[in-house]
Amino acid sequence: MSELAGQRSSPGAPAPRTGEATGGVAPPSSGATAPAPSGRRDRGRRRLVTAVLAVALLAALAAVPLFVDPFGTNTISRILVFALFATSLDLLVGITGLPSLGHAAYFGIGAYAAGLVALHWTSEGVVAVLVAAAAGATAAVATGWLAVRSGGVFFLMLTLAIGELVHQLAQSLSSVTGGSNGLFGIPSVRVAGTPLTLPGYVYWFVLVVALLGAAGLWLVASSPFGAVLRGIRDNEPRMRSLGYSPFRYKYAAFAIAGAFAGLAGGLFALVVRIVNPADAGFTTSALFLLAVVLGGAGTLWGPALGAAVVVLVRDTFGPTLDGHGPLLLGLVFVVAVYVLPRGVAGLGGLLRGRNREVPS
Amino acid sequence: MAGWFDANLVSILNGFAIGALLFILAVGLSIVFGMMDVLNLAHGAFFLVGSYLAASFVAGGSWTGFLTALGLAAVIGLLAGGVLSGLTEPLARRPILDQALLTLGISLIVAEVLSIVYGNDVRSVPPPPGLDGSTDVAGNAYPTYRLLLIGLGLLLALVVWLVVERTSVGALVRASVADREMVSAMGIDNRKVKVAVLGIGSLLATVAGVLAAPVYGARPGLDETILLLALVVVVIGGLGSIRGALIGALVIGQVESLGRALLPDLASFILFGTLALVLIVRPRGLFAGKVAHA
Repeated sequence: MSELAGQRSSPGAPAPRTGEATGGVAPPSSGATAPAPSGRRDRGRRRLVTAVLAVALLAALAAVPLFVDPFGTNTISRILVFALFATSLDLLVGITGLPSLGHAAYFGIGAYAAGLVALHWTSEGVVAVLVAAAAGATAAVATGWLAVRSGGVFFLMLTLAIGELVHQLAQSLSSVTGGSNGLFGIPSVRVAGTPLTLPGYVYWFVLVVALLGAAGLWLVASSPFGAVLRGIRDNEPRMRSLGYSPFRYKYAAFAIAGAFAGLAGGLFALVVRIVNPADAGFTTSALFLLAVVLGGAGTLWGPALGAAVVVLVRDTFGPTLDGHGPLLLGLVFVVAVYVLPRGVAGLGGLLRGRNREVPS
Repeated sequence: MAGWFDANLVSILNGFAIGALLFILAVGLSIVFGMMDVLNLAHGAFFLVGSYLAASFVAGGSWTGFLTALGLAAVIGLLAGGVLSGLTEPLARRPILDQALLTLGISLIVAEVLSIVYGNDVRSVPPPPGLDGSTDVAGNAYPTYRLLLIGLGLLLALVVWLVVERTSVGALVRASVADREMVSAMGIDNRKVKVAVLGIGSLLATVAGVLAAPVYGARPGLDETILLLALVVVVIGGLGSIRGALIGALVIGQVESLGRALLPDLASFILFGTLALVLIVRPRGLFAGKVAHA
């Protein structure tokens, strides 16, 4: 996976399939050594190791409720939810190169949608979660047209504005959202009519949906469509001259990311069973942007790891710091920018002495 | 029409007062980005520093306290800008996201330190003596301090315009917005310019914080609200454009005041609607320069 470290400096990836998400050859970048002739066998072995690790991780995740107490299970459920959210953000930030400061808006919209469905219609988990994803996608389609038309710093500012708008709406539409009290009393999630009362069952439901979501994002990222997104990230004028419409691809990526963020938000509402305006707010956006950067943007698995760290830090240290968790968060931001320019996922590449300069 | 105007005069004047404040704030943000490509998300936090300075020195409502707060805010703003300039130097060749994260981190730290020092209560700040009364404007009583604020904003706009259009420093500013590499090739030390620009930009933020304190008070969360408004102003006006910052600030001031007064439920929509409308017509803002930055 560490080839991704050198990916940013590659001169565009216009070929429909580069297979880089599965650990394929990275185009040799300036200063990076091309894989040696024995690279093929190495790669095969690494793929095997990755597969074994993935299966072991899956087994461990599936076995969590059997060995962990309900509180811990609930925490891990939330980690899974936010890992999916961070991964959806990575599709924008890392794969497409669109740094969004308002992605929590779609997470929040999904959470409110699922909460409202569960409160007023049915707490059937699959329905609530699908409605949440549809709501996230719809909101992203509605607002993304404007955001994606702009690039760079304008995109940052516009997504920030969109996020704040959704946050304020959640606060002011109190007849629907419960205002600053939030949406509470969400009934426990049902699957095929049976309410899941034990945290273990809820956890398994979250695990299945989060894994399906992650698989969906991975498919998007490793498809020819994903390759075009990477090409746009690395060299937009070149992609345009090759006949692609960057706007359409970016818009589609924005909508897909919004849908998966909505899905994560829906899961969140079903797990935590209370939704606050803050869940759609700027702090949530910033927190998981940090998770993406900490974990390593563009790798999908890195941000999921980053989300786990962020959730653990926030839940473990948040209460002990007298409510001044943001102080720690701010320090982590500042340190991360200097110390981990590529995130944890970039460390592997660093150890191999790969080129870490990023072109401006 | 005259009746409507009369009924809403206070809202309109409030809009101008907010616009004046937003201009002071946004012009700093806009120059810093336009000239130095530094996106300073800590701008709102610097503003809040000014507000809290005012809250601690103007407690009794005295001119000395107010002027002390202003002076301190100016010094702190200059220093903060210098520090920020040093911090962003290693990030100059990295993606804009890194700068955004850095300044975001700084703004979180500053805001939290302020809330540790001053607590989470809302502090109200009285205007300095002599300005705490109200003046009669076309039959409506209106706070004198806000009138002064409008005047100050217009005065600053005039000064900035004169400096930028008529002096050699202004020529340097305009040249840097247009093509920084060329300016540096002409033998001007880019780093010194950067320190100066960031210092003045941050100074404008802290001073705006002091000036705004008698209107907004000082409270946690004000930094985010104000940063959002300033960003919207800058996006509407176009990055790096002073004229744009003025027009944008006046428009958003009215949206915030008149919009909220007439359609209280839709205020957020109007704000975003204005932004959307401008960007649909002019994707880079009303007065964006010919040179693309992003």
